[in-house]
Amino acid sequence: MTQYDIVVIGGGPAGLAAAVEAREQGAKSILVIERDRELGGILQQCIHNGFGLRVFNEELTGPEYAERFIDELEAMAIEYLLDTMVLEITQDRQIIISNSEKGIQIINAKSIVLAMGCRERTRGALAIPGYRPAGVFNAGTAQRYINVEGYMVGKRVVILGSGDIGLIMARRMTLEGAQVLAVAEIMPFSGGLTRNIVQCLDDYNIPLMLSHTITAIKGKDRVEGVVIQKVDQKMQPIPGTEIEYKCDTILLSVGLIPENELSRKAGIAIDPVTNGPVVNSNMETTIPGIFACGNVVHVHDLVDFVTEESRHAGNAAAKYVMDESRSNHKGTVIRTKAEEGVGYIVPQQIDMDSIDGKVALFMRVRNVYHNASLSVKLGGVEIKRVKHRHLAPGEMVRVDIDKQLIKETQAEMTVSVVLEEGRV
Amino acid sequence: MYDIAIIGAGVIGSAVARELSRYALKIVILERGNDVAVGTTKANSAIVHAGYDAPATSLKGKMNVKGNAMYDEVCQALDVPFKRVGSLVVAQHDEELETLESLLENGKLLGVPGLEILSGDAVAAREPNLNQSIKAALYAPTAGIVEPWELAIAYCENAMDNGVSLKLNFEVKGIDRKAGCFEIHSKDETVTASTVINAAGVYADAVYNMVADSHFTIKPRRGQYYLLDKEANGLVNHVIFPCPSKLGKGILVAPTIDGNVLIGPDSQDLTPFDKEATNTTGDRLQYIRETAAAICEVVPYKLNITTFAGLRAEPSTGDFIIEESMEVKNFINVAGIKSPGLSSAPAIAERVASIYLDINPNTAENPAFNPIRRPRVKFADMTIEAKQEMIEKDPRYGRIICRCEMISEGEIIDAIHRNAGGRTLNGIKRRVRPGAGRCQGGFCGPRVMEILTRELSLKMTDIKQEGLDSYILTGKTKRGDEDDAI
Repeated sequence: MTQYDIVVIGGGPAGLAAAVEAREQGAKSILVIERDRELGGILQQCIHNGFGLRVFNEELTGPEYAERFIDELEAMAIEYLLDTMVLEITQDRQIIISNSEKGIQIINAKSIVLAMGCRERTRGALAIPGYRPAGVFNAGTAQRYINVEGYMVGKRVVILGSGDIGLIMARRMTLEGAQVLAVAEIMPFSGGLTRNIVQCLDDYNIPLMLSHTITAIKGKDRVEGVVIQKVDQKMQPIPGTEIEYKCDTILLSVGLIPENELSRKAGIAIDPVTNGPVVNSNMETTIPGIFACGNVVHVHDLVDFVTEESRHAGNAAAKYVMDESRSNHKGTVIRTKAEEGVGYIVPQQIDMDSIDGKVALFMRVRNVYHNASLSVKLGGVEIKRVKHRHLAPGEMVRVDIDKQLIKETQAEMTVSVVLEEGRV
Repeated sequence: MYDIAIIGAGVIGSAVARELSRYALKIVILERGNDVAVGTTKANSAIVHAGYDAPATSLKGKMNVKGNAMYDEVCQALDVPFKRVGSLVVAQHDEELETLESLLENGKLLGVPGLEILSGDAVAAREPNLNQSIKAALYAPTAGIVEPWELAIAYCENAMDNGVSLKLNFEVKGIDRKAGCFEIHSKDETVTASTVINAAGVYADAVYNMVADSHFTIKPRRGQYYLLDKEANGLVNHVIFPCPSKLGKGILVAPTIDGNVLIGPDSQDLTPFDKEATNTTGDRLQYIRETAAAICEVVPYKLNITTFAGLRAEPSTGDFIIEESMEVKNFINVAGIKSPGLSSAPAIAERVASIYLDINPNTAENPAFNPIRRPRVKFADMTIEAKQEMIEKDPRYGRIICRCEMISEGEIIDAIHRNAGGRTLNGIKRRVRPGAGRCQGGFCGPRVMEILTRELSLKMTDIKQEGLDSYILTGKTKRGDEDDAI
């Protein structure tokens, strides 16, 4: 049986940043486990630019962004395994892995960092009616075929969902010579970043159809067409609004789901809203010594935020290895709670002993708001209010709270959206 | 020249082929699809019914009870998972209690073992997630669950192990009656056989019309389903039926053998021209949710991983048609095999074989017949020690390709190279389940394609999802060729 101080599960941006940071904080033996054939995770298929503005103060492509961390990892001689699957994590931090080189191995870790990322919601999750032909792809899968494998997936394309991957793929397919007929979005607003709507749709005259969804897929063998319908306020299709597009391909960009099968099996508490582990302000899960970061916790819109969160987790894991008494579940814990207009808050718990200076709350709002404020309350008393000209579900919001504002209390910390003229 | 040509490689055609492979016969299966088990067999309730509901005088009633009893032995020989989880027909109103009584009586007449009426409390104890309003239920302990396509594939593979040939993409376009034989034509090939067995599912009437004025018609009756993620496992422990109606057994909620939950089917008669209409529709899916709620209000549809539709072969006669044609000698119809067709399959196969032997009494046995199908490795279910041992023998079992279902490369390669092996994405999915899980192939699809190209010496653009026209990739990207040079 092998023993490591820290085992990081997943070699994407979250895992890489956590491992590098943990080493910088003095953790000695670190192992990163990656199931794919190279490190970098989904960044390797994101060949567009726009990564790194916050972390590196420059615009990088996905592979370039990943390379910076891979280079650091190599320079620090941090061990990693490729083409290796984690079969199971146990509560006492045993990790069972499998690969074709060494077969099954059992690894003991003083601390584990979960960085498995997320997966795409599928057609099935939406129960889109129609036939089940070839040519219906998740946008990220199409991105892999095109950018990594070097194959095109279709010629006439309709995209459902205006999440960032869908928007990026609308542009990518267009540049590869495909015709993107429309992007349909069931919500009255886009779930993607504004810059992506401008640079990926507007610049190529691709229509974004808000409050529209797919109500039938045609074609028995390969997609032959798709019916798009306008939806009402309850998101039900409105009869008579059907538009049929002849197309051979449908891309779905309808949301991402954190991948927590391993976490669930290990008995880690999962937040039903984020679908990620419940974490404290140290990114520690409900099992002491098991940390989590990146899209496995909640889906981020910028990799830079993933890096920041993961450095924080790597730092905490390193400190835990050196001093297990630093685990949460010991000092005063304040719970956070999303109220009116706010979908969720990460972390779900603030561990007062471990925060230095300030704590960062990450959240998503439920709707699009203009000229609104986020109101942070502790035990019902407002301790901070931040004004925003524009708030949208597609853009994660960060609110920093100074430690001195937080009086030690059993009360909850809540965040809600306040419009200028009053409550939501 | 073949002794027998079986038209259709669904569960019925495959079961018949395997049964007849016990004899020294030259047999070919002609399948119009690009794989076996791609018609009704791939889209049904996956239930082995106990057999209490068909009329006691009907052929389907007899076949069901007999077929059900044969399942343990068949599934053991063919290494197909099968579980007798039992079924409950639930009564929600007092007037339905009478229905339960009459089903019980009918079941006794047919010889269904172990039937029992349970009180509402007893039902609640067995099935805490069902609605509290349920008054009573008919419990049938012999009902079971099985993966229908897995059974069909296993039957076909074992038939081929025992000498049967399989021709895929052979759509029968015409049959000529010649002296002592039939000439069966596809668009580019002709097969000659002394006997034809028509197991063409919803097309059995059309196939029969090629040699005779059909005395039966087959109407497609569509049923749509929801399939929930394994996370919903445990929602119900038995197959749960409402009380049956004229349209059939009603919308059931059932566990699947793989640990998912299935909800459906509705029942919609389509025209005889709609034999390809395996599309789901928004209104019927909505209807299924509303109707299933009468039994179980807490079905977690947010865990849905796919919806699908299948076509039952509804015969104009109302009962299974399993007989030598009276008009055309040596032409055996196995038609109108609607529910409980899957449950009856082993018994139907025996019956067809005995019809053939009655016509051809001097048929010799196949001395080499081996009823045992080589078991397939199920890596995810193995102990750590067994996994280690397997990987030491063949390291490809150590490389996990599908993370949702934990399927190894070794299992996929084995599924490709067996008899009746998988050569499409869906074919691999049906055999070893990569892509059947919650990501629906989002991650493993490209990797399975790569394995298929390597093992079958194909190009990436050759790989199909299902049928010959279901291409996945349209060609290289603008600079895709350059990567090959690197």
